Amino acid sequence: MSESDFKPKVVAFLCNWCSYTASDLAGTARIKYSPHARIIRVMCSGRVDPTFVLKAFAMGADGVMIAGCHPGDCHYIEQNYKTMRRHEMLRYLLERMGVESDRLRLVWASAAEGQYLAEAIDSFVAAVQKLGPLNWSANWEENGQRAEALEEIVHEHAEAMEVLP
Amino acid sequence: MSGETKGKLALYWAASCGGCEIAVLAINEKILDVAALFDIVFWPVAVDGKVRDVEKMPDGSIDVCLFNGAIRTSEQEYMAQLLRRKSKVLVAFGACSHEGGIPGLANANNRRQIFETAYHDTPSTDNASGVEPQPKTEVPEGSLHLPVFYDTVRTLDQTVPVDYYLPGCPPEADRIWDAITAIVEKKLPPPGSVIGPETTVCQECPRVRNEKKIKKFYRTWEIMPDSETCLLEQGLLCAGIATRAGCGAKCPQVNSPCIGCYGPNVGVHDAGARLMTALASVIDSNDPAEIDRIIREGIPDPVGSFYRFGLAASYLRRSKRGNGKAAETEPTAQAVH
Repeated sequence: MSESDFKPKVVAFLCNWCSYTASDLAGTARIKYSPHARIIRVMCSGRVDPTFVLKAFAMGADGVMIAGCHPGDCHYIEQNYKTMRRHEMLRYLLERMGVESDRLRLVWASAAEGQYLAEAIDSFVAAVQKLGPLNWSANWEENGQRAEALEEIVHEHAEAMEVLP
Repeated sequence: MSGETKGKLALYWAASCGGCEIAVLAINEKILDVAALFDIVFWPVAVDGKVRDVEKMPDGSIDVCLFNGAIRTSEQEYMAQLLRRKSKVLVAFGACSHEGGIPGLANANNRRQIFETAYHDTPSTDNASGVEPQPKTEVPEGSLHLPVFYDTVRTLDQTVPVDYYLPGCPPEADRIWDAITAIVEKKLPPPGSVIGPETTVCQECPRVRNEKKIKKFYRTWEIMPDSETCLLEQGLLCAGIATRAGCGAKCPQVNSPCIGCYGPNVGVHDAGARLMTALASVIDSNDPAEIDRIIREGIPDPVGSFYRFGLAASYLRRSKRGNGKAAETEPTAQAVH
């Protein structure tokens, strides 16, 4: 698959008060941005539990973006700082798990930054496109002789049962 | 109780250390009550019996099977399928069958890497001819078989449907007895439940908790924690906040942080992710560079720290296959789920 054929699945968690409003602004201002980002609105970027990010990757996402209010501007006082820490923690874990940590990106976009958010989405989608498909569940497939081995055990045991009284 | 009304009980182990087998005996004299209520039809550790005896039993004839250990080889997968077919109630017993447990940590590597270490790399290995276990070996008398060693350790419920889970490494004797009583009195929770409290270790921990703010994580050998205050507040990575209760908080009570053997609390799939959420919240810094330093200096092994027991059951289940050294994997004969 060439880079241009690959349509990445990107999940973007946008906070209700800033970043989602920014994407709304981008929409009303007719600013185009990549359709490969699937936007999920959450009340706060602090609501984005690492669980959501890991689940997204496990279920086939190629990239995950979290966007919230600028530090200091959080509607819930300081929850975006928790997001900042969780983001560092997640990048560290993903690195060790063999997932390119650039598949996760944290963006601060205020309600007035429609243009900026659209550009951030575009640049992230382009970066994920460059990284290629993640296809995580392929890692769970068993190499080699699994089905054959199981069949052989069944066969062997059946034979032994016939021979024995 | 007369012979006909006695239930049939089976116990089996797969990829596990054997501690769960001993944990069954930790119920002490109550094991006699178990023997009065159940005929033990299969328990390789304690009772003589062969796999073909189980194969001859009618399907569904075993009332309860307590299955400990994760699934790592084809032989273990076969036994899981066999005992599932023969048992009315299949219980994933202990952390390994529930969550992959310590054997599940091998999912940070693959078969190739494990074989390289075990059969070639360790300084004590003397293997001049480079022998590795082969699933099939031809000898003049015929062919010899060894179970196939999988790339990925799986939990019991990633292999066959499971009715109940009894978490812990190993499960506490009281919880085992609760489960047996529930089975006998037919007061079982809905199928698919974990048998145990629906709260976290912190609930059972007597330590005093204040507001948590951490500037540095310590490893257990770096500090001597005081015995009154919450261990996490003292900078030790305690998994109690994200781990199901049921153990009585035994580890924190002896100054040792919880390592998470009871797995995620009810409603949580990925205990490690929840642990990350909680730990990140208490880091006392708003500067990305400093946060990064606190995390990387204090937690040198994030996979092993967050997923000591739960890697196989986590959302990602394993690291990228072929990650790191000895990256090449064996040719894929067939990829099967």
